[in-house]
Amino acid sequence: MRLLTAFLIGLLFGTGILIAGMANPAKVLNFFDIAGTWDPSLAFVMGGALLVAVPGYRLVLGRPGPLFEQGFQLPDTRRIDRPLVLGSLTFGLGWGVAGFCPGGALPALGTGRGEVVMFVAAFIAGLLLARLTRTLMQTRLRAT
Amino acid sequence: MITEFTPLTSALGGMMVGLAATLLMALHGRIFGATGIVAGLLRPGDRNDWLLRAALLAGMVAAPTLLLVLTGQMPQIQVPVSTPAILIGGTIVGFGVFFGGGCTSGHGICGNARFSRRSITATLTFMAGAFLSVYVMRHLIGA
Repeated sequence: MRLLTAFLIGLLFGTGILIAGMANPAKVLNFFDIAGTWDPSLAFVMGGALLVAVPGYRLVLGRPGPLFEQGFQLPDTRRIDRPLVLGSLTFGLGWGVAGFCPGGALPALGTGRGEVVMFVAAFIAGLLLARLTRTLMQTRLRAT
Repeated sequence: MITEFTPLTSALGGMMVGLAATLLMALHGRIFGATGIVAGLLRPGDRNDWLLRAALLAGMVAAPTLLLVLTGQMPQIQVPVSTPAILIGGTIVGFGVFFGGGCTSGHGICGNARFSRRSITATLTFMAGAFLSVYVMRHLIGA
């Protein structure tokens, strides 16, 4: 049951992403190209999502807990630190180069398109590279 | 490449994404973040957590097939960039979201929906980054 609802929620998310155009790099990149072939559609994606998620989260998080688990798993960090800002800036720069973001590419994987498979493989490589970098940085910190 | 302005379908798709995020929190108590799902699958820990993420991913990957059945065609995916741009861009995206702690779904939708200061900062920063790199790629380098 737990896995079935997760599957259906993933399906709803993926279908929404595809209908919205978030899995189409031409559309995503045009949103960021105000000086060129600008297409403001993506603002409506985030607007629509927040229109539902803001009241939805307010309602849900006001309850004692989720249906299938003990409690809500929310991030407990509040600090705006260097990794958050530099990491997000890096993500944005890469997003503008490739045209896919992770949430757009995962549903698009189901089309079997080679470009999507390449992006996801590179994305995973980037994640692993970052994990290795952090491990090395922590080891060095401990050594000094 | 010019794309059609689609305010209605984009808003509708966005609302479905917002509903999915709300349902995941209501039923499973989790943030819906594409980064977290992939990163979690790469780091097997708790078996139930791993299976939950795998089920979410399977649902996402099944979406184009559902659309194919419902509409008779695959969703439109137009890639106006080169293969090296996809590979280099993808690696940069993976590196960035790891340190940034999330992407468009985790920070951009879930985090912003609960007015997290970290997520608002992350969203403004990665949007600025994308505007900057698209400008450089298209208007300065001309790729």
